[in-house]
Amino acid sequence: MNTGYSEIQSARRSRAEDKAMTAVFTGVGGFFLLLLFAFAGYILIGGLSGFRPELLSFTDDGIGNQFFNTVYLVFLSLLISVPVGVSAGIYMSEYAGNGKFLYCLRISIESLSSLPSIVIGLFGYLVFIQMTGMKWNLMAGALAVSVLSLPLITTTTEDAVRALPSAYREGSLALGSTHFQAISRVIVPSVVTRILTGVILAAGRGFGEAAALLYTAGQSTVINWKNMNITSATCPFNPFRPGETLALHIWGMRTEGSLNPDATRIANLSSAVLIVMVLSFTLLARYLGRKYEAGTEGSQV
Amino acid sequence: MRGITTGCGLLIIALTLAVGGFLIIRGTVTFTVFRHSVSEFLFSPNWDPVDSAGGYGGHVGAAVYICGSLMTCALALLIALPFSLAAAVFMTEISPRVGAGFLQPTVEIFVGIPSVVYGWVGLTVLVPFIKNVFHAPMGGFSVLAAGIVLSVMIFPTITTISADAMRAVPQSMRTAAYGMGATRWQMIRGIVIPTAGDGILTGVITGLSRAFGEALAVAMVIGKTRAFPKNILYPTSNLTAAIAADMGNTASGGEYNQALWTMALFLLLISLFFIILIHLIPAIRKRRAES
Repeated sequence: MNTGYSEIQSARRSRAEDKAMTAVFTGVGGFFLLLLFAFAGYILIGGLSGFRPELLSFTDDGIGNQFFNTVYLVFLSLLISVPVGVSAGIYMSEYAGNGKFLYCLRISIESLSSLPSIVIGLFGYLVFIQMTGMKWNLMAGALAVSVLSLPLITTTTEDAVRALPSAYREGSLALGSTHFQAISRVIVPSVVTRILTGVILAAGRGFGEAAALLYTAGQSTVINWKNMNITSATCPFNPFRPGETLALHIWGMRTEGSLNPDATRIANLSSAVLIVMVLSFTLLARYLGRKYEAGTEGSQV
Repeated sequence: MRGITTGCGLLIIALTLAVGGFLIIRGTVTFTVFRHSVSEFLFSPNWDPVDSAGGYGGHVGAAVYICGSLMTCALALLIALPFSLAAAVFMTEISPRVGAGFLQPTVEIFVGIPSVVYGWVGLTVLVPFIKNVFHAPMGGFSVLAAGIVLSVMIFPTITTISADAMRAVPQSMRTAAYGMGATRWQMIRGIVIPTAGDGILTGVITGLSRAFGEALAVAMVIGKTRAFPKNILYPTSNLTAAIAADMGNTASGGEYNQALWTMALFLLLISLFFIILIHLIPAIRKRRAES
């Protein structure tokens, strides 16, 4: 009788405990969502409240030039990292088999992806600036960013190709194609959306990268939009000129910003622009990913 | 085609080796040419390197910076871990639908937010807050501010990896626990968290590795004061902040500059150490299960 009573009590306690813990977990989940919205809202409102049209201009007072530098630098870096990353991913999934070489490659990619970006930045500084004897330039920054995005693009490609049903490859080979034809006409076209998802995510990270660019792309921008001579140091499209990106601009506003009366306003607006870019790129990648899933569902046997 | 793709694979391996190789070459000059001992670098708080090309004879004790890195990371982990685990449990066990449809994408967006933006918000919101609420001695720039900024940054990493590990716990184990009359909390505590333990540990290490290498966000709020902090409300400095601040304005090849390269090498070794640790977890677990 006595034991039965205590068992009921213990069962009640467990149930109360269960309810309490459920409340805790739900609370943390909700708190977390609120935090993100508060964070994003704070940045967006902070950026827009101090907004004046001249802050967007392509002059020293605005962030137009920095915005252009950011997009141009990420574009340059993708020119390098996409071909190399996609080829390496195809190699890993199609040619490498399961040998020692593949193992080394995996270790390399894992090490590369976990290196702090400032270490990659210093490597870039040493190799692309000190060893070549050049001043800070966009190309060096682009190379450093492409080193950072290579692991992501390579692994996305490899995973995408490996996840493709073998019927794709076999069907193509059975029709008499060579392995190269199977890869270029069947395999790559059918995973191109997934690869694109990885590329977009990599681009999104590139936009916000700062530590790797501190000593490669530099912290100054002197360009003249009327100068279209690509070899000239003030031509906007010259990849071998120094160029400060938006993320570095925020960093700079804090250190040398006291000279600029609008420093806080500029940094707020730059943060808002960066957040909008990253948000839209992440959402785009998700949308493409979902579309890809919907597209392959019907075609699988 | 095969040749080109193999070449790209080789390029990645070569790149990794080059990063490691160059950092070792530059980072060991402090020890080989300038004749400092490794233990001086690691444990001595006496930091006074000579800043002129080729000049040496100063002191390169980086203990303050190393201690700053360790303290901020530990604090960040202390703050982030309970929240991450709770969020992961909520996503996988309490409400998988909200978790997959809403929380997971939100976490992914958190991962993508640039670190300088975290740093900037830390600088404009957190630092004044700590100054006003805790009356911190140095205007709010503190270990606490750095720890909080880092914890927000590693939170998504730990949450995502832990949630993946919890999702991988077989459904039959949950059903078995319920069948024996366990409540959901008992099932989570007794089955899900222990079974997903390896995965959670991987998440923690990955998060720590990210926190250790984070540079600009921490540099913006830590105060960059070269002294051991008396408590977490005091400012200090860390490895990445020192590199970011001083690499550009020290004479290349000088003792000061080389010591910064040694710090970079140290960061590289720490990140390698974390990777090796992640790979060792399953092996250790296996050996323990066999004995």
